[in-house]
Amino acid sequence: MSLRVLAVDDSRTIRDMLKLALTQAGFVPSLAEDGLHGLEVLGEMAPDAIITDINMPRMDGFGFIEAVRRLDGHRATPILVLTTESAPEMKARARSAGATGWIVKPFDPVKLVRALNMVAGPGGAQ
Amino acid sequence: MTTPDPMAEIRASFFVECEELMEALQDGLTMLDGGDADDETVNICFRAVHSMKGGAGAFGLDDLVRFSHRYETVLDEVRAGRLEPGHDVVLLFMRAADILSDIVHYSRDGLPVDPDKVEPTLRELEALISDEAEEEEAEVTDFQPMTLALPFGGPPADRVVRIRFAPEPDLFTSGNEPVHLLRALAALGEMQITPDLSEVPTLDALDPEAACLAWEIVLTTNRDRAEIEETFEFVEGLCKLSICEEQSGLSLPCLPGLPPLAMPPAPDAGVSPSAEVRPRLTLTAPPDCSDPEEGTPPPDTAKTHAPQPAPATPIAVESPVATAARPATTPPKATVRVDLDRIERLVNLVGELVINQAMLSQSVAQAGLPTNSPVVQGLEDFMQLTRDIQDSVMMIRAQPVKSLFQRLARIVRDTSAAVGKPVRFVTRGEATEVDKTVIERLADPLTHMIRNAVDHGLERPEARLAAGKPSEGCITLSAAHRSGRVVIEVMDDGGGIDRPRVQAIAEERGLIDPGQAMTDAEIDALLFMPGFSTVKQVSNLSGRGVGMDVVRKSIQDLGGRVSISSSPGKGTCFSISLPLTLAVLDGMVVDVAGEALVVPIGAIAETMAYREQDIRSVGPRTRVLHIRDSFVPLLDLGVELGFRPAKESNAGSVVLLVANEGETLGALIVDAIHEQRQVVIKGLQQGYGNAPGIAAATILGDGQVALILDPVDMMAKAGTRPGQTQPALAPTG
Amino acid sequence: MTDVAATAVEATERELLSFRVGGQEYCVDIMSVREIRGWTRPTPVPGSPHWVRGVINLRGTVLPIVDLARRLGISAEDASDRNVIIVVHLGQQTVGLLVDAVSDILSIAENDMRPPPDIASREGETFIKALTVVEERMLRVLELASLLPDTGREAA
Repeated sequence: MSLRVLAVDDSRTIRDMLKLALTQAGFVPSLAEDGLHGLEVLGEMAPDAIITDINMPRMDGFGFIEAVRRLDGHRATPILVLTTESAPEMKARARSAGATGWIVKPFDPVKLVRALNMVAGPGGAQ
Repeated sequence: MTTPDPMAEIRASFFVECEELMEALQDGLTMLDGGDADDETVNICFRAVHSMKGGAGAFGLDDLVRFSHRYETVLDEVRAGRLEPGHDVVLLFMRAADILSDIVHYSRDGLPVDPDKVEPTLRELEALISDEAEEEEAEVTDFQPMTLALPFGGPPADRVVRIRFAPEPDLFTSGNEPVHLLRALAALGEMQITPDLSEVPTLDALDPEAACLAWEIVLTTNRDRAEIEETFEFVEGLCKLSICEEQSGLSLPCLPGLPPLAMPPAPDAGVSPSAEVRPRLTLTAPPDCSDPEEGTPPPDTAKTHAPQPAPATPIAVESPVATAARPATTPPKATVRVDLDRIERLVNLVGELVINQAMLSQSVAQAGLPTNSPVVQGLEDFMQLTRDIQDSVMMIRAQPVKSLFQRLARIVRDTSAAVGKPVRFVTRGEATEVDKTVIERLADPLTHMIRNAVDHGLERPEARLAAGKPSEGCITLSAAHRSGRVVIEVMDDGGGIDRPRVQAIAEERGLIDPGQAMTDAEIDALLFMPGFSTVKQVSNLSGRGVGMDVVRKSIQDLGGRVSISSSPGKGTCFSISLPLTLAVLDGMVVDVAGEALVVPIGAIAETMAYREQDIRSVGPRTRVLHIRDSFVPLLDLGVELGFRPAKESNAGSVVLLVANEGETLGALIVDAIHEQRQVVIKGLQQGYGNAPGIAAATILGDGQVALILDPVDMMAKAGTRPGQTQPALAPTG
Repeated sequence: MTDVAATAVEATERELLSFRVGGQEYCVDIMSVREIRGWTRPTPVPGSPHWVRGVINLRGTVLPIVDLARRLGISAEDASDRNVIIVVHLGQQTVGLLVDAVSDILSIAENDMRPPPDIASREGETFIKALTVVEERMLRVLELASLLPDTGREAA
């Protein structure tokens, strides 16, 4: 069983890299370019986990997570935040917004997969 | 591996993205400087730099990461309202953007970055937020992947780690799931796990969203403690956790009275081979609350409880960062990225189509079909379609000149700083679209012209003040479409061309005879003469000894023309007129000594029959045409091109009046005019002919190659060629 | 002008296309030959060297035509429809060589190729890379690079 992962990031490069890392690890990625787009995509699929950037146009990562948590079906969907800062405040901030965990950019694909496994289970397996 | 490296592709695409981000950043900074910026403008700038940093980190581009991180930190201060983006600050941001752009290019090409170029600006940036705390923070949160590794001597041997893990309710609302955590933990070694059910209440007292389970875990592993802790990183503070290491490799007894449970191994993990019993954890761990997904509470319970576990802190909503649901001001248009090669191929194919269509038209015409026949009618529709397709394809290659103008803005800043003349740079018509190739080939000549304008065009600030002008000079760069061509103007509000000095220099260099009477336009045109340069020493700014003659040459190679207008004390304007595309041309097909030639329509002011009485001989082989009270040089094209000797009489020929920017330059004699039509421009290989005024060719309807004439260039060069007999009144511009 | 792939397979054999120009036999490495075309009237290009006949349309490309007889300094009568154009490719350049007629395709061992005698008594001989004898006929192997103008190669 392959886990579906929604990855939200405004940078094409990061989206490409997430897609590559997720696909290689056996996940099924869906991509969105910002928070609003992420919510739209969420209306069409039910991901097993969500990865989101913080700094994005239109709706940023915090706004997105809060909006996701208000959706009935996604109160407990694991959400990982992509952050360039490892400062404790950033993590506290992410958690208070409803994030499950975080990945520090630049992300290591191995750690990305491990973090996903920690929150969503071993769905990347073939 | 024969497949292309996907990372290399992403890397290439990252640098493309960087160019887009640089453009967004520069736009944002320009808006900031103009004062019509809102919070989102700052956000856009911040995000642009931030995204570059993110991507750069992924490719280990340390210089780029470092610079963008510092830059971003300062932008963040503006975003948070702690730093006022005044004029000077924005100017610094613009310089920083220039350096960032350099670093991007160096990084792309794998070149080292010169710290001397970067450090001063970095220091200036940091000086903006010089509060001790900020600087310290910049160091502390310096962008590095987090390392949790604790010092352990040597590779750790297998040992036993005892872990007690008791989730708190918040753990579940954060979306964490103990099952997955424990499974991830099991991947680290051999694990025995025992649920602690002591806190589980009876069913009637059970709160489905409360946490009442705990686990005792005995992990035999050779992994270090950091890795174990990392597993619980996301739930730190959301559970009670204790991790104790034991020296011996012995497995310890579990809680009395409960059988040890083996973790269900992850399907792919291949660990825990010792697991003899493989129950699903959800089956053995009694209350459903451990798994909110699978053990969904009754719907009505979920509703009543829904508000309670909702996001822990609503503060985030009020944060200035949370721009949740902000309406998009300009929704981006859907675009497709296409390999340029594919477009080139399409352009070439359409060129072939145009030629083929012309051949077909010719065959149909020769077949002598009546004009109302279906074939002729159908062909007309076909011609219209071909033309529409051609226009559409050319539009694909059209690009706004904006990116070029932004690059030039930087040239203005650099030059302004180097010569110590403050400059206000104004651009107009950035959205004007021009063929991509034209834009690329305009960069060098325009760079040179802009440098010239700052370096030579503008006066020094003191002189400006003395002349009653603002000390800050103004350079205006504009682009506009004008009657099927693009006109680009570089304008300065400087002192204008010092014509007596220009004339003196030209005399000094032997370019003109001393004391020669010249009009203003003729003097201005001297600037374009090879060997003319008003700079006393070769300045490092005005560019490697390149003169305006080279600028004019590169513009002409693009099928364009440059002209100057200048008024003393008010400034100078260089105007470049270019074809919209390099690929097609509206031309007049003429016959010269049996050869077909194409003359661009744009260069022909008028056509007339050859009349002997309008011609005056000025020398043995030099003639001028008398037209409307003036005399213009007259050339026989057949002779000029070496197709035939001069005729006794040109009676019956046709005369084309050649004009540039409204000024009649001369007249050309051709034998006959065939037709006007659009032609596809084909390059000529170098080394097989070097006639003045001929730089390209086309293929006509009969399949023959016809040369394309540049009559303006031909008139300009006719007087300068040795052995040619041109009157001295041939204009040089 | 040695083709790497070909020499790798047949270390010592070279395939050459031979043709006649002004009564003499010449040849070029077949790897540089793209196609052979019948005579088409070229459009003259003003200011070109005397050995450039002009340009023709080769399926949408403007192809310069080098009159080999003039280039090699052999006097020859004007070209007619009995002439043939050999389209050759060198680096980034594609050029048509105007010759009298194409003769043959030959396999010549590298060992059988002799360097030309070191006398530049005639203009044409500086264009010759090697000499070889086939069935008692002397063949001159042309150095294409020396035939074509320099600028074109650099401009690409």
